[in-house]
Amino acid sequence: MNSVVTPASTADVVVRLEDIGLSHDHGRSFILRHVDLEIRRGEFVALLGPSGVGKSTLLRVIMGLMPPGEGRVELKSTPASVHRPAAMVFQDAKLMPWRSVLRNVELGLEGLGLDRNRRRERAMAALELVGLADKADRWPRQLSGGQRQRVGVARALTVEPDLLLMDEPFGALDAITRTALQEELLRIHARTHGTVLFVTHDLDEALVLADRIIILAGHPAGLRGDFTVGPRPRDRTAPGLRAMAERMKRLIAGEEDPGADAAYWQASEI
Amino acid sequence: MITPRPVLLRPILGAAGLVVLFGVWEASIRLGWVPSGLLPAPTSLGPAWLEEVRSGAWTQAIRDSLTHYLTGLLAGSVLGTLLGLLCGAVPLLDGLLSGVVRVLRPIPGLAWVPFAILWFGLNTAGATFVIAISVFWINFYAAYGAVQSIDPDLYEVAASFGHGGFWARLRTVVIPASAPGVLAGLRTGLGQAWMSVVAAELFGVPGIGARMMQASSLLATDLVVVYMLTMALLYALTDTLFMLVRKRLLGWQG
Repeated sequence: MNSVVTPASTADVVVRLEDIGLSHDHGRSFILRHVDLEIRRGEFVALLGPSGVGKSTLLRVIMGLMPPGEGRVELKSTPASVHRPAAMVFQDAKLMPWRSVLRNVELGLEGLGLDRNRRRERAMAALELVGLADKADRWPRQLSGGQRQRVGVARALTVEPDLLLMDEPFGALDAITRTALQEELLRIHARTHGTVLFVTHDLDEALVLADRIIILAGHPAGLRGDFTVGPRPRDRTAPGLRAMAERMKRLIAGEEDPGADAAYWQASEI
Repeated sequence: MITPRPVLLRPILGAAGLVVLFGVWEASIRLGWVPSGLLPAPTSLGPAWLEEVRSGAWTQAIRDSLTHYLTGLLAGSVLGTLLGLLCGAVPLLDGLLSGVVRVLRPIPGLAWVPFAILWFGLNTAGATFVIAISVFWINFYAAYGAVQSIDPDLYEVAASFGHGGFWARLRTVVIPASAPGVLAGLRTGLGQAWMSVVAAELFGVPGIGARMMQASSLLATDLVVVYMLTMALLYALTDTLFMLVRKRLLGWQG
């Protein structure tokens, strides 16, 4: 596996959040506040926290689907190729049922100035990457839930985003399919070295996938922990990893982190 | 898979039901259950129809009515669908028109006949106007409802992939997502328009309705029934054609 975090000093930052605050009532109360975060190129970051804490909302702010109430989002885009700065994989795939699988994947390529053939090529390459090239002409309703989510991943990958945002993409799938898709995502990440921000409320999922796990918890929510996880494959029964998982659980539950020096958040490594 | 039997059975049953209807009808007249003059015998319909065809009145009536039907249907469907889509997609317009819609909606197309005559006269334009109004509302509500029931997450998907503007949303989400609802409305309008054709022509605009009126004033009940069946046939024809087009457009629904 080649998905090791590059040192912060040399790697460039893909996205930077500065003092982000989110409010549903124009600043009277905040669901999330004072969030600062930097994600570096090639990192696979899991954003972990309880349901309803504002993880998905934060993702939408980064995607530019809604403005932050406070603070700013800086998304750095490589000027080189035809691509989009960010792309999102949605919770229930959210394919457009009236588009064929191929046309669904082409959605983000439309409007980038690519001709038809070039669009088709890139979409087919992405479908090949997720193993669904033979389903290009099918309708979404003819696919299984896992296949639909694979198409959702292909749709995001084909625009070659600087930052791939994933909003609990495997949450609605059965356990077997979920494990298969997690493995596939790691395989794709090892090949493409993309930068990923993966939202989940599942600690195990975060431990399987991410190089770095960020805990979002509290009222109003804030970043409560920033963990760097060791290289794969991981032995989740190893004492170090288990101790780290225990600390994460306490942080998610809203308890103070006994291993932390600062009360706010602290990076730790095993 | 389901066995093919029920698929074949349905049209056979449908045909059998029709045979029984015409059989009972014919018998009730021959056996004198129904006083003569109230209802023509089915066997008298063929000769009446042939005579009407020979005189050229049948084809002329169909040609006239089809003209009213198609122009009224087209105008009402296009305008109703467009306004319905826009009201569904633009909250400001929806709000502005909500009062107007409330006032105009309950007025049936037929109630506009006096104005149709006043504004257009007893002619094609007048008949078209009445048909268009009755079809307009069906399509307006079908399109409006279809837009309202679009999964809002799809707008987010579209925006995420570079289709966030009004027109881009209209093209990538609103129109394709509302197509099933819009087409359902068009189909309802297809039937409603035939009813309005007769109503609009009863007042004297030449066509099937006017011909039925003439026939009934002459107590030519067989001719009235001939035109009733003509309308049923024309409706079946337009509906079948429409369903063929619909199947092509909505292949994704399976």
